[in-house]
Amino acid sequence: MTLPVLAPWSGGGITQRARRLAELVTTPLLPADYLDLFSPLRTGADLRGRILQVHSETRDAVTLLIRPGRGWRGHRPGQYVRIGVEVDGVRNWRSYSLTSLTSQAWQTPATPHTPATPRTSPAVRTSARDGNISITVTAIPGGKVSQHLVHHATPGTMIMLDQAAGDFTLPPDPPAKILFLTAGSGITPVMGMLRNAIDSLDDVAVLHSAPNSADVIFGAELRALAARGAIQLIERHTDAGGRVTMDDLAALVPDWAQRQTWACGPAGLLDAAEKHWGATGVADQLHTERFRPTVLATGEGGTVTFVRSGVTLESDGATPLLDAGEEAGVLMPSGCRMGICFGCVVPLRQGAVRDLRNGEITTAASPDPVLIQTCVSAAAGTCDLDL
Amino acid sequence: MTTTLAESATSATPAASPAADPTMNPDTKAAKTPARNGSRLAVTRPAMRVPQQKPSGKPDPTAHLSPQQIEELGRELDAIREEVLASRGAGDAAYIRKVIKTQRILEMGSRAVLLASLFPPAWLVGTAGLSVAKILENMEIGHNIMHGQWDWMRDPKIHSTSWEWDHASPAELWKHSHNELHHTYTNVIGRDNDLGYGIMRVDEDQRWVPAYLGQPFYNLINACLFEYGIAAYDLEIGKYLKHRKNGKDGKNGKDRATFRRDGTKVLHKIRQQVTKDYVVHPLLSGPSFLPTVGANAVANLVRNLWTHSVIMCGHFPEGVETFAKSSIEGETRGEWYLRQMIGSANISGSKAMHLMTGNLSHQIEHHLYPDLPSNRYAEIAPRVRDLMERYELRYVTGPLHQQVASAWMQVITLSLPNGVWENARTDPAGVARQGATAAARYGARAASRLLRRVVSRTS
Ligand SMILES: Cc1cc2nc3c(=O)[nH]c(=O)nc-3n(C[C@H](O)[C@H](O)[C@H](O)COP(=O)(O)OP(=O)(O)OC[C@H]3O[C@@H](n4cnc5c(N)ncnc54)[C@H](O)[C@@H]3O)c2cc1C
Ligand code: FES
Repeated sequence: MTLPVLAPWSGGGITQRARRLAELVTTPLLPADYLDLFSPLRTGADLRGRILQVHSETRDAVTLLIRPGRGWRGHRPGQYVRIGVEVDGVRNWRSYSLTSLTSQAWQTPATPHTPATPRTSPAVRTSARDGNISITVTAIPGGKVSQHLVHHATPGTMIMLDQAAGDFTLPPDPPAKILFLTAGSGITPVMGMLRNAIDSLDDVAVLHSAPNSADVIFGAELRALAARGAIQLIERHTDAGGRVTMDDLAALVPDWAQRQTWACGPAGLLDAAEKHWGATGVADQLHTERFRPTVLATGEGGTVTFVRSGVTLESDGATPLLDAGEEAGVLMPSGCRMGICFGCVVPLRQGAVRDLRNGEITTAASPDPVLIQTCVSAAAGTCDLDL
Repeated sequence: MTTTLAESATSATPAASPAADPTMNPDTKAAKTPARNGSRLAVTRPAMRVPQQKPSGKPDPTAHLSPQQIEELGRELDAIREEVLASRGAGDAAYIRKVIKTQRILEMGSRAVLLASLFPPAWLVGTAGLSVAKILENMEIGHNIMHGQWDWMRDPKIHSTSWEWDHASPAELWKHSHNELHHTYTNVIGRDNDLGYGIMRVDEDQRWVPAYLGQPFYNLINACLFEYGIAAYDLEIGKYLKHRKNGKDGKNGKDRATFRRDGTKVLHKIRQQVTKDYVVHPLLSGPSFLPTVGANAVANLVRNLWTHSVIMCGHFPEGVETFAKSSIEGETRGEWYLRQMIGSANISGSKAMHLMTGNLSHQIEHHLYPDLPSNRYAEIAPRVRDLMERYELRYVTGPLHQQVASAWMQVITLSLPNGVWENARTDPAGVARQGATAAARYGARAASRLLRRVVSRTS
């Protein structure tokens, strides 16, 4: 909805001129505002997706098959996509790992699609040929977006999308021996890798934890892979057997230290793994993906002013400034919402904030603003944000 | 959106403090209080109340209320607000999206029909459709989105920071003069420029000067060219010229650089609007060029007359109160609510009428809760009315024709000094004599001023 500044005759290529002419016709709106009414997934539109199917995986997890807009540039297995979902009329952005096949998997002759590969959950079998993507969402207690998607998502719903992102991926030349250490919904990025790359991986161990057999997301598909010898699957049912500890590891996967490991699951598991791999001196063999920041510190909060929006609010020491601002209707830039993408960076003009991850205090005084990540910063005194 | 340093600096003051800070110069307060609602006013301890002395001698309609009652009223109104906030959700989001979609399809459809506007039925249908589309765009959509009523959806395309409307005044300037000044200082004489738009006298308590004699005429012109009137008003041309003349550059009016920059924005916006309506679409119509120019002109005129009428009904009809600058010093939240309620007037009518007025027909509810979604005003209106009646406050409302007539009567009768209109009925000769004397005195004074100036120049 920005106003076109140049006249259509003031130079530029033919498409640029055509665009400026179209803007003269639609001002103060943009041509896209009208085109979006009819063709929201077209090339050049803001990236959106349409939910095609909702398939239940376990009692609290669903897989969504999504038709992305034409602008979707594909992904590497293990990456995640940020989606903007409307819950009670409010758009919320969250990240979800992609579990679908990539276009490369179909195009590269080296890894052809073998019909022999057992395919379970046929309802959501995605193929890159049709260009659809899939994500698998686990409802967490009290979770705004995950509860909504698991229990109320319906085919036909439009969502916003971002391009795929993340480095939790296999290298182009995958290592000979691999361990996937996962728990709960942490299996999703790993499933994305297995589905795409299984034919080019030699020795794969999957140590996966879930409360019980029925709660194992992709359980049938994993067991089928194990049955045909593609992976070595170690299922741990924590209701009966308790959580996996690092002491168990040596017994369950004796050669773990010789393997490159990709780990994804609750913070407790990942923290323990990082410590264990570090202590063993093989920290460089561990790759982790965290779904959630570890929130350690709570501060005393303060008055927060969003200077350009003219919004002032009282924020407590545990609420990220991003949430507090959004709650008050401020249009906050945001990204991963967990401190990894820097999509939420905003200048702190003056004041003090506490990093929720480690309790570190950052201060700024006029006239030297300091850039802070609003998604992991809480007020630790009065704050003036340049927003 | 770009914001200048000056603007950002002015909005830096926390919202709660200025009204409560007695050390602050009242003139800087206007610029420093941000537009957001909710935290605008601190609820301070109720103080002793002194009934307002109105210059016209009209009674203070709130004199019967104790400070405790006013704070209780504030709490009741807060509770209504909380209820709406708690139930705001997917249905509301679907509503505004539907209105936007309908409006866009109507506008596109009407413009398509106008391509054949050489054919009279096509002209009629296209012009009618375009008029309705423009009204919807300005009222239910533009005005309300720019108020931030839909910011909670966090949809950057339906957000007060990004919306631009089909109107001569750029969104940025309009939001400042409307959301920050008018809604904060509603009907405060000398503070709220919407009160008679700075060119008219619409309340007995505004001081009369002879220039007001022409106001029925100005009002008619303003109605026809309303969008340009608003653009000029948002630019604060009058204030700028006045203060520049007084040598107070930048103190009360805008400084020269800001004025120039804003002026460029307005001209740019007007150029785009005019190019679209009177050049590009007519050219697309080919042989229907002239009928399409006419259709756009008529649609803009209809929109101007309609919006002007609706907006006049909001604050000008008989029974609406105004306030002295001094009465809002240290205003509590309850008092702020009170001022909004008795400073506004509603229009009663059908659902379609409410939609076409952008729900500004619920002006009282809108002024109490400028940031609540407009589709919710209708449901809270009976409760607000009940509350006002319980507190013995007048809920000014009436059908459109009655309210428009009432507002015009105010404009006409108040173009004369207080009491003159009434006296003219009983004693026309006396009034004529008085008028002649006053005119003669005024003329003599003006002549002597002129003479003195000529003399001082020549000597
Ligand atoms: C890179 C990345 C990839 C992800 N991939 C997936 C995926 O494939 N599948 C999937 O289901 N989720 C995934 N997530 C997590 C997902 O983005 C959301 O955080 C999760 O769905 C919770 O959102 P919510 O709106 O339901 O909860 P919220 O309403 O945001 O939070 C409710 C409560 O739960 C807590 N909480 C937030 N996130 C988590 C979490 N992950 N685990 C436990 N408690 C939490 C909050 O602190 C809060 O107290 C991923 C996250 C990241 C950063
Ligand atoms: S949203 Fe990613 S760093 Fe904050």
